[in-house]
Amino acid sequence: MSRDLNDPSAPFTGRRCPEGADEGRRHDGQKVAPPLTCLPASSPGEESLPRAAEPLLGFARLLRHHAFPIAPEQVSSFMQAVTLLGPRSMADIREAALATLAPSPDRRGEFEAHFRSHFYGDARPSIAGEEDEETRIKDDHGTREEKNQTTRQEKGGELSSAIEQLSSRDFQRDDDGLGRFRHKLASALPARRSFRTMRTRSRGTLDLRRSLSEIVSADGDIPSPLLRRRQTVPRKLLLLIDISGSMKLHTADYLKLAHATVQGADRAEIFTFGTRLTRITSALRIRDRDQALARAAALVDDWDGGTRMGPTLLAFLSVPRFSAFARGAAVVILSDALERGDHADLETAIRRLSARAFRLSLATPLAGDPRFQPATAALRAILPDLDDLIDGSSLNSLTDFILSLARPAPAASTIWKRVS
Amino acid sequence: MPEVTAETVATSPEAVAQHLVASRYLADDSLATAIFLAIRLGKPLLLEGAPGVGKTEAAKAIAEVLGRDLVRLQCYEGIDAAHALYEWNYQRQLLAIRHAGEHEIDIYDDRFLIARPLLQVLRAPEQRVLLVDEIDRSDHEFEALLLEFLSDFQISIPERGTIRAEAQPIVILTSNRTRELAEALRRRCVYHWIGYPDTKREAEIIMLRAGGVAEATARAVANAVREIRGRPLAKPPGISEAVEWANAATILEKGGSPWPEAFRRAIGVLIKDEEDLSGITPELGRIVEEALA
Repeated sequence: MSRDLNDPSAPFTGRRCPEGADEGRRHDGQKVAPPLTCLPASSPGEESLPRAAEPLLGFARLLRHHAFPIAPEQVSSFMQAVTLLGPRSMADIREAALATLAPSPDRRGEFEAHFRSHFYGDARPSIAGEEDEETRIKDDHGTREEKNQTTRQEKGGELSSAIEQLSSRDFQRDDDGLGRFRHKLASALPARRSFRTMRTRSRGTLDLRRSLSEIVSADGDIPSPLLRRRQTVPRKLLLLIDISGSMKLHTADYLKLAHATVQGADRAEIFTFGTRLTRITSALRIRDRDQALARAAALVDDWDGGTRMGPTLLAFLSVPRFSAFARGAAVVILSDALERGDHADLETAIRRLSARAFRLSLATPLAGDPRFQPATAALRAILPDLDDLIDGSSLNSLTDFILSLARPAPAASTIWKRVS
Repeated sequence: MPEVTAETVATSPEAVAQHLVASRYLADDSLATAIFLAIRLGKPLLLEGAPGVGKTEAAKAIAEVLGRDLVRLQCYEGIDAAHALYEWNYQRQLLAIRHAGEHEIDIYDDRFLIARPLLQVLRAPEQRVLLVDEIDRSDHEFEALLLEFLSDFQISIPERGTIRAEAQPIVILTSNRTRELAEALRRRCVYHWIGYPDTKREAEIIMLRAGGVAEATARAVANAVREIRGRPLAKPPGISEAVEWANAATILEKGGSPWPEAFRRAIGVLIKDEEDLSGITPELGRIVEEALA
């Protein structure tokens, strides 16, 4: 294993793929690149590495610890790169790290700080601060479900007087229009053209490949041509619900909307955020609304607390699996966007979210007031990155908006510029 | 002239930088290192940066240095396998079937295969450099397709079997970062973020790229452009715009306009957005004067 590191020519000769090596690659992923096996942070092969390589591994580990997505493959390239470059100076190691570990430009400053602290032993002021403020993320795995159920039953006694209310609310289910919303949603979501094509009898392009094989089997006669068309698939819908104290009046409605959304759309994801981030999608998959909402409510720990919108949204983006939900999706944030303190984080988060999303909308209950203007510093800062800034004060306006997501609308900044 | 191969060019980052200068491309240390590593590690090179910082130019320069043809695949929304990999020439196949009559004919022969950029590079990896331009414009399914190509350098054609590259081709990807690329793609590449150069380097680039621009002019343009980029513009001027601005101003000056006036008149090649233009015009005189000083 250590041969690759000590012999600078090794990676280079490895470039030319001899026939044999390629065979191995095709049949068995494990054989692909021997350096891979020695490089994950805690692998047994580590002892065979030269001592000098230890800080490099340590650096990769440090970055991983701070939620930089770094694959074992990248670590092995990093070490090969350092070997190739000499290394003649620390600058070489830094360049190698930048090129192979590929930190995203947004986190470049953080990366440099880690580099300095690791290789030069600098103090780490910013990093220590971040650790304290780190946003807790909670994913609703199935294992918790049992426990949630029992807590709900315990509370049942205290809440017995509310049962009548609950049932009467149930009665209103169709009055709030959510039933209708649920049925319409699947077909109303914006669509994108898929890579896959489907056979069709009309309105398509000529499927020459299939037609030709038809012709061959018919001995050169040309039967009626076959057509194909690109499929369309509905985009994902991502709801991010603010459950902080300032949104108290609306969270109950928003959760009902979220439930209807999960029930109606194929691929919807729901998160709540206040001071923490919680994924409640699978709780809302339960068909019965009251049961689903109760389970979701039990999952969330930060009801009616403060807001840390920027940090929680950044936390959302830093989990690759979560941020993948946002890619190409219609993202609706239900929040008043009243950010406590500095809004720099919020700005970054919104910018990054809008780069991923197909359409990014902010629904704020404050916009229900006809005198509303996006006048707060935070709102003004994020307005250029928003596709829509809409009224989120009533369920009706929200459902109408979500059903209209597929139709193009002018950008939020042009609409609000015109109003003001 | 000695034979130029990837090995002779990529002996060290400095050697790469020198070769690039000979091809009229000024790379900073960091970019030269990234190119060096990409060639030596046999990995694709992913260049990200704002529009107009010279990502595509870098790819052209690399191809020139290596003495290879540049095969460019321009990405766009809706690009699919038929545009990137290969396609059968159905019309010719049909004609061939008709023409052959009773004879046996192999309609999946090479002459019916239209090679698109990825296949072209696969067939002659030693003679070509692949540039996948503006990959952020394509759909994410295409990104996945590319991922497969970049990891194994092979293409499966159902009628023909798998075509594999004999050597690892050199691949350069560029992205304007209008959307974030999949982590998997970034992971497989050697990554470099190209930023705007500092004024000294930009002046050098302008001198190198624009024909017959005086050194003082180049420095003034670099200073002014740096100042202008600091403002919140809808479209900050790239390096190519700066080069054009220097060129245009020089031409106007030769035509009889005095210096500050020449810069002001040529502003249309630097800033190409109405709102930006109206925002910058009142201050332009001051900026140019300070830059000239």
